[in-house]
Amino acid sequence: MTDLIGTLPGMVKSSLESEENKLPVVETRDEFDVEISGTIGKPLVQNAKMSSRNCDVFYGDKQAIFNINLDIGKNEIIAMIGPSGCGKSTYLRVLNRMNDTIPICRVTGEHTLDGEDIYAAEQDPVLLRARVGMVFQKPNPFPKSIYDNVAYGAKLHGLATNRSELDDLVEASLIKAGLFKEVKDDLLMPGTGLSGGQQQRLCIARAIAVDPEVILMDEPTSALDPIATATIEELMDELKENYTIAIVTHSMQQAARVSQRTAYFHLGKLVEVNDTNTVFTNPEHKLTENYITGRFG
Amino acid sequence: MSDTTTKIIKAGLKKRYAKEKRFRFFGLMSIVISFVFLLVLLISIFSKGWSAFQQTYVKLDVELNEEVLGINKFSNKDALFSARYKKIIKNSLKKKFPGVKGRKQKRALKNLVSKSAQYELRDKVLKDPELLGTTQSFWFLAKDDVDVFMKGNIDRTLPESNRRIKDYQLAWIDQLIAEDRLEKRFNTQLFSASDSREPEQAGLKGALMGSLFTMLVTLSLSFPIAVAAAAYLEEFAPQNNRWVDLIEVNINNLAAVPSIVFGLLGLAIYIGLFGVPRSTPLIGGLVLTLMTLPTIIIASRAAIKSVPPSIKQAAVGLGASRVQVLFHHTLPLAMPGILTGTIVGMAQALGETAPLLMIGMVAFVAEVPGSIMDPATVMPVQIYLWSDSPERAFSERTSAAIMVLLAFLVMMNLIAIVLRKKFEQRW
Repeated sequence: MTDLIGTLPGMVKSSLESEENKLPVVETRDEFDVEISGTIGKPLVQNAKMSSRNCDVFYGDKQAIFNINLDIGKNEIIAMIGPSGCGKSTYLRVLNRMNDTIPICRVTGEHTLDGEDIYAAEQDPVLLRARVGMVFQKPNPFPKSIYDNVAYGAKLHGLATNRSELDDLVEASLIKAGLFKEVKDDLLMPGTGLSGGQQQRLCIARAIAVDPEVILMDEPTSALDPIATATIEELMDELKENYTIAIVTHSMQQAARVSQRTAYFHLGKLVEVNDTNTVFTNPEHKLTENYITGRFG
Repeated sequence: MSDTTTKIIKAGLKKRYAKEKRFRFFGLMSIVISFVFLLVLLISIFSKGWSAFQQTYVKLDVELNEEVLGINKFSNKDALFSARYKKIIKNSLKKKFPGVKGRKQKRALKNLVSKSAQYELRDKVLKDPELLGTTQSFWFLAKDDVDVFMKGNIDRTLPESNRRIKDYQLAWIDQLIAEDRLEKRFNTQLFSASDSREPEQAGLKGALMGSLFTMLVTLSLSFPIAVAAAAYLEEFAPQNNRWVDLIEVNINNLAAVPSIVFGLLGLAIYIGLFGVPRSTPLIGGLVLTLMTLPTIIIASRAAIKSVPPSIKQAAVGLGASRVQVLFHHTLPLAMPGILTGTIVGMAQALGETAPLLMIGMVAFVAEVPGSIMDPATVMPVQIYLWSDSPERAFSERTSAAIMVLLAFLVMMNLIAIVLRKKFEQRW
């Protein structure tokens, strides 16, 4: 028995070696093993809206995020890129305490919004999520009318005192989300009846109706076609006048198009943060370079 | 694909198709068999029960003799109430069939009409005392034996000794038929009267009201408790907690506990410990609540679990609290499933007999219950009681009661479907 097991790895190895002669790409294995020792680039900025220090996230016993230090500047769009499972979505959810809803998830480190500790005992997660809105990967409008979708958050927090105020708020939010022209005649139609791109803009309208300071976007266009994606990217450009936006994306073109800074995550670590131009033209870290040139990911 | 592979696949194809065909055939057969059984059941119930929706009435000329009754139109209510109406009916029958001799025949003659005839007559006089002193024709309920004969359930070709209706009775009935004095009409008694020892007077109203009150108690207790329990277990209870797991396992087990056990529990706890009055819709509802809770909890949990997490996350992301997420999104979206489970549970409770045996709801109750504190019986128990009665006329009433119960069950299921459709249409 032991002999058999002992021989097995060798057999696999030799077969791999013979394959190697035909397929020259296998060398990328080495590139995964590059040491990540702290973040390079410019993770910290002067006018930080949100910042994290020494952030670790655990799911049960498994550590998902290792010691992240990052600032998100006021009115900037920061893109978070990296291969699947690298922790970029998890980190995004740290910023509005969405991870609280997962019982086994544990977040450590120091996280602030305008200098206030968002994980402090006296911090109310409900208020935090009103200040830090979120747009999800899959458009998820409520199964209610377009009007009710947008009005929901405002009603929840009592932002409008009467019907006409609410009407104005809904209209303003839909205008900001660039959806008003398309839906102004059927505000009472179900939000789920819209096209995918419209639904996502509805979700953005819903998020900005609460008047947040920061909007977190978790792959907001990955379920959309290129035209709808373009509309949303234009929208983001306008939104950054008033809001701070953190976007997680799998599309490097999108990161390059919309963001001012780009953060590259790898296996739960923040590898490199820099101006978007720098990251895409002159990446410092080898992993970043491999990722943006499409060697893996 | 190489030739040999094709060959191998081809060789197996025939077998595969045969297997598929066989499976489809078995599936079809099982459906056919269950339909046949259902059909046999329905046909036997309907063929037996439909005649109970008709009842034989007999027309009598009654002479409201003031001397025999011992009253006149100026008598007070009490005297009118307690006058000897029985004698009047008897005299009227005697006059119709003169020359009846012997105790046996005299009694048989009296038994042509139901015992309720004297009370009907009394009510008529009480309503209009001017009738006194006149001779009137009234339709009275016929006795159950006459009714059974009229519905063709007694074979007159049988020898007299084997027949419940003797030759002289047959002669009376034939004469009444010839004079158009026997008539079958729609049986309003079945829905307007409560239980009775006399089959022709027995009705379902008491049992229907009892069932209604019992269901009201069951619904108003089990629905909120079950939904709250399901929502707590799904949305708030700590996960991977040993106590929560224990509770879950127990709820699932409770759904499989024989219903009579809940009856024993109700007897021991509700009646024994808390002194809830027995035989009432209140105690029946309490016991049936115990029985339906697991069903509704399990259905509600499944419905709550199937609500897409993306909707909940969207609400949380906007700053909704957990309770707000539950009431604004999770419960409304889970409502079709919850309602279906509730109605299935209620239908189960509506048809339940065994636990009610334990808490004194198998009772002969001749009064229609007016509240949840009055003694009452319920539909399935009424069926059980009637099926146990020796009188021939009760057998058709048993079937009729089953038909009424089935009608209610079908109705509840229809409501479940309608509610489901209605809530699902909210996109």
